[in-house]
Amino acid sequence: MIYREAGQFKTTYAADQAIFPILQDRVLVTLGLVAAFLLPPLLASEYWLQAVLIPFMIYALAALGLNLLTGYAGQLSLGTGGFMAVGAYAAYKIATSFPGLNILLVFALAGLVSAGVGLLFGIPSLRIKGFYLAVATLAAQFFLIWLFNKVAWFVNYAPSGTITAPPRTVFGVMVTGPLATAPVRYVVVLGVAVLLALVAKNLVRGRVGRSWMAIRDRDIAAEIIGIRPLPTKLLAFAISSFYCGVAGAEFVFLYLGSAETTAFDITLSFLVLFMVIIGGLGSILGSFLGAAFIVLVPIFLTNAPHLLHLSLPVALQKQIELMVFGALIIFFLIVEPHGLARLWQISKEKLRLWPFPH
Amino acid sequence: MIDLLAALVAPFREIAGAPTFFVEVLLGGIFAGLLYSLVALGFVLIFKASGVFNFAQGVMVLFAALTLVGLMERGAPVMLALVLTMAVMVALAFAIEKLVLRPLVNQEYIILFMATIGLNFFLEGFGEMVWGANVKRLDVGIPDRSFMLKGVQINQLELTAAITAAVLVTVLAVFFQRTRIGRALRAVADDHEAALSIGIPLKTIWVVVWSVSGLVALVAGVMWGAKSGVQFSLSLIALKALPVLILGGFTSVPGAIAGGLIIGVGEKVAEVYWGPLVGGAIENWFAYVLALGFLLIRPQGLFGEKIIERV
Repeated sequence: MIYREAGQFKTTYAADQAIFPILQDRVLVTLGLVAAFLLPPLLASEYWLQAVLIPFMIYALAALGLNLLTGYAGQLSLGTGGFMAVGAYAAYKIATSFPGLNILLVFALAGLVSAGVGLLFGIPSLRIKGFYLAVATLAAQFFLIWLFNKVAWFVNYAPSGTITAPPRTVFGVMVTGPLATAPVRYVVVLGVAVLLALVAKNLVRGRVGRSWMAIRDRDIAAEIIGIRPLPTKLLAFAISSFYCGVAGAEFVFLYLGSAETTAFDITLSFLVLFMVIIGGLGSILGSFLGAAFIVLVPIFLTNAPHLLHLSLPVALQKQIELMVFGALIIFFLIVEPHGLARLWQISKEKLRLWPFPH
Repeated sequence: MIDLLAALVAPFREIAGAPTFFVEVLLGGIFAGLLYSLVALGFVLIFKASGVFNFAQGVMVLFAALTLVGLMERGAPVMLALVLTMAVMVALAFAIEKLVLRPLVNQEYIILFMATIGLNFFLEGFGEMVWGANVKRLDVGIPDRSFMLKGVQINQLELTAAITAAVLVTVLAVFFQRTRIGRALRAVADDHEAALSIGIPLKTIWVVVWSVSGLVALVAGVMWGAKSGVQFSLSLIALKALPVLILGGFTSVPGAIAGGLIIGVGEKVAEVYWGPLVGGAIENWFAYVLALGFLLIRPQGLFGEKIIERV
């Protein structure tokens, strides 16, 4: 009943092809967006913004990028951390070389650099498939991290080897650097994520996305119906790396403040892959749901013993966290292998009729 | 130009200048390669029989070694501890089959892959919770001493490990080729449905194959642990086994061995002779780039089955 679309007639092609064809969806999404932009900066505490909402949005963006590559184009990649590192270091180099440049433009340029690198590492994908490709992308991960560690030029010869976000303003408001407040950074992160999610949604329902899905479902068949595999796969790598690169730049500039290469190691790649799988392969919404899950579960697990008035030794708690995290992943895969996005879809179907039986 | 010349010529001059040192580097590479092979072997066995890319293999190595050391610390003699650890690994195989594989049967390969990563986290936490997280010394009675043979230093421990690995591989080969259950394993690897239809119990096969992988992990854990202590970093050799795996091919036992040796030797030689030219620490990614180079020529790995694609 809540999702009843009876009486909503589509009289134009534009209405038929809208992203949210149902009125309830449009209202819900608009309200949700307004709430997301207004409520947290006004109400949420510094802790919630810094520890939950900002990383959530950044991870969601990275997951979105990986989802385009793995979920839509079917190319399994374990190099996400490496591509995020490219974005972060490129943003640092650009921002420090051209101090006058708008920081948002810097993020976009860093994304482009990352896209170029992604393109390069996507070349083997034409010959190598499946798990062989996944392991091959690990080469990108390890090589890139090693490169940023070894070549001092990337960190402007800083002896500590860390990159630090320089203070920059947009329209007179401090956005990056130590003086930037959490609400401002949150709004920037959210804005970028929403904008890029919109772009991604339109990409995947257009010609590009359809050719990706054709390649994913059966690449030889796709080739026969006239999709050129190399440009299609490379485009997927480039766009995916663009998203990951922007996410990586934000990761340092808007979340961590300063970082070393260890922030981008293989665990980050796996974390983002988890988000994509738990959220749902081939779903834009899934990337956000998965990111929320992976950000919130560890926080919940850390705080759960406090809520239960248990005091555990730190090491033991860490180990239990690992165990529960692992078990939860397996549990979710067993219960719903298509991810949280599928659960949402099922509940929407249910809501069409609820509370009536037919 | 001079740099390029130096990179191409100088290392070879160095090799020619000190041949015994080169042999020592080679031996070190072969030893490391054998251990990679052992881990890769566990991967191959499971992948062949159940199509699961078992990311948790590295943690199984750690878990086996931790269990062994833990039992020995509590006063069990070496042999008893070994037998008990084997029992634990078999029990683990049963549990995994029951709790993870069976509910996920017929799922896409990427889902199973993620499940093994979940397993990876779980086992890591579980092993450390039961046996403690600090670095442990593993002493199985093989002395870590070296002797000289024609001017080349040979480590007794490494020699023992090499022989053990060779024996293990031979036993596995015989097991696969000659025994009844080995034939069943190969049948399952060839075609799940055909194997089922002639009455091979898939569940049993999975348990067997995960048990065998667990035992292989135990051997790898003992060897590696005796060399560098039992600690968390042990689980990271799984990452080193991946290039071995793609180099040799996911489905080939000899491939895992050959791939391990190529990667082990290649990465040691590159690190010692070419590493200094680019600032060192290239061991981390060299194996991957080497494997990637091979893959571009043979996408299914050196010994992998030829991938035939149909629409």
